[in-house]
Amino acid sequence: MMKDQPSERRCIAILVDNEAGVLARVIGLFSGRGYNIDSLTVSEVDPQKHTSRITIVSNGTAMILEQLKAQLGRLVPVQKVVDMTLDHDSVERELALVKVKGTGEKRVESLRLSDAFRAQVIDTTHESFVFELTGSPSKLDAFVNLMRPLGLVDVSRSGVAAIARGSEGM
Amino acid sequence: MKANKDASHPRMTGAEIVIQALIDQGVDVIFGYPGGAVLPVYDALFEHDQIRHILVRHEQGAVHAAEGYARSTGKPGVVLVTSGPGATNAVTGLADAMLDSIPIICLTGQVATRLIGSDAFQEADTVGITRPCTKHNWLVNDVDTLPKIMHDAFYVATHGRPGPVVVDLPKDIQFAEADYTGPSNEGHRNYQPQVKGDPDKIEQAVAAMANARRPLFYTGGGVINAGPEASRRLRELVQLTGFPITSTLMGLGAYPASDPQWLGLVGMHGTYESNNAMHDCDVMINIGARFDDRVTGNIEKFSPGSKKIHVDIDPSSINKTIMVDIPIVGDCAHVLAAMLEVWKRKKIKKDPSMHRDWWQQIDTWRARNCLSYQQKGQVIQPQYAIERLYALTRDKDVYISTEVGQHQMWAAQHFKFEQPNRWMTSGGLGTMGYGLPAAVGIQIAHPGSLVIDIAGEASVLMTMQEMSTAMQYDLPIKIFILNNQYMGMVRQWQELLHDKRYSHSYTEALPDFVKLADAYGGHGIRITCADELDAGIQEMMAVDKPVLVDCMVDQQANCFPMIPSGAAHNEMILSDQDEPTEISEEGKMLV
Ligand SMILES: Cc1ncc(C[n+]2csc(CCOP(=O)(O)OP(=O)(O)O)c2C)c(N)n1
Ligand SMILES: [Mg+2]
Repeated sequence: MMKDQPSERRCIAILVDNEAGVLARVIGLFSGRGYNIDSLTVSEVDPQKHTSRITIVSNGTAMILEQLKAQLGRLVPVQKVVDMTLDHDSVERELALVKVKGTGEKRVESLRLSDAFRAQVIDTTHESFVFELTGSPSKLDAFVNLMRPLGLVDVSRSGVAAIARGSEGM
Repeated sequence: MKANKDASHPRMTGAEIVIQALIDQGVDVIFGYPGGAVLPVYDALFEHDQIRHILVRHEQGAVHAAEGYARSTGKPGVVLVTSGPGATNAVTGLADAMLDSIPIICLTGQVATRLIGSDAFQEADTVGITRPCTKHNWLVNDVDTLPKIMHDAFYVATHGRPGPVVVDLPKDIQFAEADYTGPSNEGHRNYQPQVKGDPDKIEQAVAAMANARRPLFYTGGGVINAGPEASRRLRELVQLTGFPITSTLMGLGAYPASDPQWLGLVGMHGTYESNNAMHDCDVMINIGARFDDRVTGNIEKFSPGSKKIHVDIDPSSINKTIMVDIPIVGDCAHVLAAMLEVWKRKKIKKDPSMHRDWWQQIDTWRARNCLSYQQKGQVIQPQYAIERLYALTRDKDVYISTEVGQHQMWAAQHFKFEQPNRWMTSGGLGTMGYGLPAAVGIQIAHPGSLVIDIAGEASVLMTMQEMSTAMQYDLPIKIFILNNQYMGMVRQWQELLHDKRYSHSYTEALPDFVKLADAYGGHGIRITCADELDAGIQEMMAVDKPVLVDCMVDQQANCFPMIPSGAAHNEMILSDQDEPTEISEEGKMLV
């Protein structure tokens, strides 16, 4: 029954009380059940109410993902769980810092490509650049892949932040 | 308590706050074991006589006793243990309460806040260790938050699907002072479980029930957790509809076993009629059960043709393993009331002709007499022992707990329960050693009642030391051991799955249980043959002390019926005489 379902990607936003251990509870739910986390971001979004927003990108069968949301929903410090993929038309953005080392032709090419991707150069030496790039996760993937043969040294990605289109709040 | 200016917010130490909160939450008994990190709370307890403290002999026993107390009263159970080993010893009990949805508030001592993380003496990361086996837990790092946390702990443990919570109390917090605030009835900011079911879904469910030709109620521990009113409403609905009813291990007693509509236990060791009815029904009405793997067997083959209605207070139980057609999130008592209301409003008539074929089918399954056994000669068949125990105690005010193994299943099959809250067993975790301490907790709650732990000789040794607790508090619990000298359930699986290679399932050296009872100051009885059985049980009941009955039974008896691992409900083994069933490779992977 469960075996044959295809795996799908979901982005889930969770509003939580910003209290000790809340992230561990959320993560523990995934690790304890063997679910995947592809990306995770967390930050306080309302200092007055001590509310944080966690965004998780996961993949699994529809049944597992529904189960996961229900499990998240019953954690005591969780205020709200929203499926940004299934229930909303939403935009996803991610930030990447990408370090590329090289000289000559490769160095020129990396700079040229970064321009095409509208990346910023935020640090440079004679033989390296650090690019800052924002965009959809797939755009970041594409950029990182292009940098690989040009001397990619380091990548740091923020993980996905997501928000629904339109005027409604979460 | 210090003098204070504001009477509604008196100034207290953390330890006093803990005790005051317990009193204000209506707690009259706690189960515990002291140690360095909880001494301030113990000191505060010393001054109070509203709260009775039961000193156990192992912290696991404290939690099981609190579970027995909780499950037999419907009230939450409270546990107090020290840091480090006190807390880790309690973990098995917490995991047990988590899987069986028992409300437990477990207070653990912790090293002082400035020592946390320094590998201090008797430090353990209690909130870390207990996070996956509690509904929620709190490490108190500011005494001002303590009153609210204490009240929240009770709220969370008892609302929604009940479960255990831990409040970890660093020693400096227990000494620090703060203003105490009593419980509010505001509930919790986020945690507000849905108790009323969706009216549309309930209408749909009733419509499906009204049209069913082969309906079946499948009920579980949720009905018991929803309180006695839920059981009353269940009885009314079952009577009104005329449908057959079966139940999980945790749900026994919600519906009277003496009623003709009752089909008996469902699942791995359930009756032939219950399991076949589960397989063949066209409308399944699951009330407060969770499609546990002990019940469903192979989910690919589970009740293939039925429309499934599922009532559960926990949204995460719905569609977890079995996809259902009509999910209803809500408290069983509320949903049952709503179903009754709709059924009556629509003036649906019980139409026996509609279900005649179904009942006829059920009667042919019943005619297989799947629980029958042969008591020949003097070697006691374990089923016979349970049957006599039931026959001789059925007119008494009796509460039963069990350990885990074959004896537990025989008890579930052959002891008949008419009322909820009378049957206390470790279902979800299957914790050997549960029954004896649970009996302690039950007897504390019901001092005049007959409390029997139906035990296996292996399980009972895991928490035997609680005999000493029973002695200390004059608790006349009865421990009725079905002694087959084997870890019988393990032996049975080895027989069926591992070619009778009985690897380490025989206990070479057992204590003399009669002498052991003596050593504790209790009373020991040995029953060795069928002729001694009734007299032994009578003697057990007559002695007003903790009693250990060592009832020697057939060592080779197996527990049937059985759905072998990986099989479907209509592929049961009924007895040793059945053709040996091939267990699939996949089935062998399952437990
Ligand atoms: C703490 C714990 N350890 C191991 C098991 C696995 N187990 C399940 S039943 C059983 C045998 C129980 O033997 P006994 O108490 O004598 O009961 P019987 O099956 O013989 O009636 C074992 C070892 C368990 N359920 N719990
Ligand atoms: Mg045994």
